[in-house]
Amino acid sequence: MNETPPPPAGRAHEEHGTHVLPPAVLLGTAAALLGLTVVTVASSRVDLGAWNVVLALAIACSKAALVALFFMHLKYENRFQLVVLVSAALFAVLFVAFVVFDTTQYEPGIRAWLERPKGG
Amino acid sequence: MSDPATGHAPAGPAAPGSTRFLAHHFPSMEAQLDTSKLGIWLFLGSEVLFFSGLFTAYGVYRANHFSLFHYAHHFLDWRMGALNTVVLVLSSLSAAWSVRCAQLGQRRGLNATLLLTLVLAGVFLVVKYFEYSHKLHNGIAWGAACRPSEAILSTLPPDVRALPVPKDLGTFFSIYYLMTGLHGIHVLVGMGLYVWLLGRAGRGDFGPGYYVPVDSVALYWHLVDMIWIFLFPLFYLM
Repeated sequence: MNETPPPPAGRAHEEHGTHVLPPAVLLGTAAALLGLTVVTVASSRVDLGAWNVVLALAIACSKAALVALFFMHLKYENRFQLVVLVSAALFAVLFVAFVVFDTTQYEPGIRAWLERPKGG
Repeated sequence: MSDPATGHAPAGPAAPGSTRFLAHHFPSMEAQLDTSKLGIWLFLGSEVLFFSGLFTAYGVYRANHFSLFHYAHHFLDWRMGALNTVVLVLSSLSAAWSVRCAQLGQRRGLNATLLLTLVLAGVFLVVKYFEYSHKLHNGIAWGAACRPSEAILSTLPPDVRALPVPKDLGTFFSIYYLMTGLHGIHVLVGMGLYVWLLGRAGRGDFGPGYYVPVDSVALYWHLVDMIWIFLFPLFYLM
């Protein structure tokens, strides 16, 4: 086949985007993701109360970070790409967190209103 | 120079320095690559925000009705979810490898990894199809249409079986079908994109000098994987 040799390592560092991931990094990332999947399933079997979801999300975030840094090349890219992803993720977290705080604030009031004595 | 869409150029991998696929408004291939990357990353950022609305619905509903969530998750088979997690991780590995092959000009490897990614995406949807059809045949639909059959209720653990069926069970499944369904649509779109990439790779469009489409689609595919990484524990493991 027409195999073209990879660009010299020095050049790869000068130009963004020409970084070629070595097989060891690709396989290592996938192995870590599969390992963390086992950890997340195992951790759901242990009753930690409210901490179960915190742990599950922490594991999911580290898996997402592995995907972003290695599979998506973010570790080797122009930092601006990282800023785009992280800011989108921060706004998503802000959105979920504030709406959930707000609803838990008002839910007892709504429940009391729904369960009020009829005619009152 | 030829238009990337029409591909009238002669076959053979794009060599470094080739400007066969350089769009006329870019000064160089490097500028085109950098711009494409920024563009796809902005799109992925908007995708994160797109899904955040549904994650908010999930968060609000779960915060207020935790016992219903705990009840409802007994209808989801974690083994199916875990299987699909493994399938998607492997497809992401294959997608990342396809970028490597394109960058190195390995045509056979590129074709193989693109095809493998497509096949694994198909496997994901087949598993999802079995899950959905099993639920829908047993009355586990969305909203008011959610009326679980006796057959599926009898498969619940005895302590869960003893509880009355919550009247808002359908709301949980509305969220479930919306989130996994929107994710499934993304998988379907990804499969279409991989079919397109396979066609272009077969024609020999990609090589060290031009691999923007392979890279961009792989980035999209990794985001689809990333969203499933969150959906899996949130729905199947609670």
